[in-house]
Amino acid sequence: MVACAEAWRDAGEILASPMGTVPTLGARLARLTFAPDLLLTDGEALLVGDTPALGAPPGIVEGWLPYRQHLALVATGRRHVMMGASQIDRHGNQNISCIGDWARPTRQLLGVRGAPVNTLNNPTSYWVPKHSPRVFVEHVDMVSGVGYARAAEAGPSATRFHRIPEVISNLGVFDFDTPDRTMRLRSLHPGVTVEQVEESTGFALTVPAEVPYTRAPDADELRLIREVLDPGDLRTREVPA
Amino acid sequence: MSDKTMSAEEAVGRLRSGMTLGIGGWGSRRKPMALVRALLRTDVTDLTVVSYGGPDVGLLAAAGRIRKLVAAFATLDSIPLEPHFTAARQRGAFALEELDEAMFMWGLTAAAQRLPFLPVRAALGSDVMKVNPRLRTVTSPYDDGEEFVAVPALRLDAALVHLNRADSRGNAQYLGPDPYFDDLFCQAADTAYVSCEQIVDTADLLKDAAPQSLLVKRAFVTGVVETPGGAHFTSCAPDYDRDEPFQRAYAQAARDPETWRAFTDRFLSGDEQAYQAAVTAFHEERT
Repeated sequence: MVACAEAWRDAGEILASPMGTVPTLGARLARLTFAPDLLLTDGEALLVGDTPALGAPPGIVEGWLPYRQHLALVATGRRHVMMGASQIDRHGNQNISCIGDWARPTRQLLGVRGAPVNTLNNPTSYWVPKHSPRVFVEHVDMVSGVGYARAAEAGPSATRFHRIPEVISNLGVFDFDTPDRTMRLRSLHPGVTVEQVEESTGFALTVPAEVPYTRAPDADELRLIREVLDPGDLRTREVPA
Repeated sequence: MSDKTMSAEEAVGRLRSGMTLGIGGWGSRRKPMALVRALLRTDVTDLTVVSYGGPDVGLLAAAGRIRKLVAAFATLDSIPLEPHFTAARQRGAFALEELDEAMFMWGLTAAAQRLPFLPVRAALGSDVMKVNPRLRTVTSPYDDGEEFVAVPALRLDAALVHLNRADSRGNAQYLGPDPYFDDLFCQAADTAYVSCEQIVDTADLLKDAAPQSLLVKRAFVTGVVETPGGAHFTSCAPDYDRDEPFQRAYAQAARDPETWRAFTDRFLSGDEQAYQAAVTAFHEERT
């Protein structure tokens, strides 16, 4: 969760768009601590002026962001979204649309949703609660979110605002800070080993000689998570402790 | 002064097989479900459905009425996957034009503005380009020379939307936090049918609401249908929230043909009044 919060460090005065429980907690934690200028929604059409607990209604509303404005805001670039991923590959291509052949999928999922517009217009990070070779695959079945190689192939209009700052899973934090823009292990969550990550990843990761641990939450952050933001412990439903 | 009031049956009676039909709302939110249920009672089929998909798509897919779906997703919101949509896709029941959410909005906007396309940055590099071979790109005529996707206009033969209030002339009002895209659907369509929780006098529309709540203008409306509970089981804030227990029952019933047949017999074999009565009975049984 602290790793998710860190995604929005130094983001400034932009909209944090977290999808999923842990990213939502991360964004709220970031706003309550080191990123006070972030904009946050209630998950629907309101920009919240306070930072309520998960599931609680906002006490203060500071703005209005219905879907039509949200979709238009994406193109302004003043947003950093953290999406889920049913599949993600070493180039950062992401799939939430379907598994198998698109024409007749073996498993239809959500559809591409806003992944194409997100990835070409504003920073897009990913959150994977269960790191496995079924998610971290060599090739995704349908490119919903655009990765680095595909953006480069598509030309300057595609790369101009394209950026995947990080991928966060229950095992570690990953980025694309390599010469060929493929996925690299940035940090391991405490207690996780490099071998564990490699076994759970369906492609060859870049692993630096020295891999740091993801920083642990400090006392104030723990208090905010446990007492203020998620007293109902919804976070362990997404990532079993 | 034209009175456009009609019944749901009259509204869907004007639809024809093979039409391109836009359906308002979003996911499992303020969907014109009573109009969809009325449509299911006709033999209109072979539809091209344009929707931010929810159970509207699910019900029409389950009944085999969709020839082609134009959508960025289909979801029940609190239940991420729409079971009839996923099942229909997995058996190859209809063609899909899969677009990004924003492309969808600009496609409707292009249609409403009578433009052939609007340029967007979305979709470049994604498989949306691959699965929609009809998509073309357009190059900026200015010094930047950037290349964009030309989202084609999503022009509609007809649109179905559901709002909180309307007058008999077709001025329609949303009272919840999000207008979704219902005005765009109406503007992009040759004919548009607005169902609402309550028809009120024009003079009463602004009794408890601000003028910005007047979303749909009567020049874009063909028919007005008063159908209380007409978005059920989707949400219709502030009149009512999503009926989560009923939605769960819907999703469970969709899992196999036998339970779905039982659900259809119980809820979808009669008229709207019978549906609403069956829903009331469903809740009474649960308490």
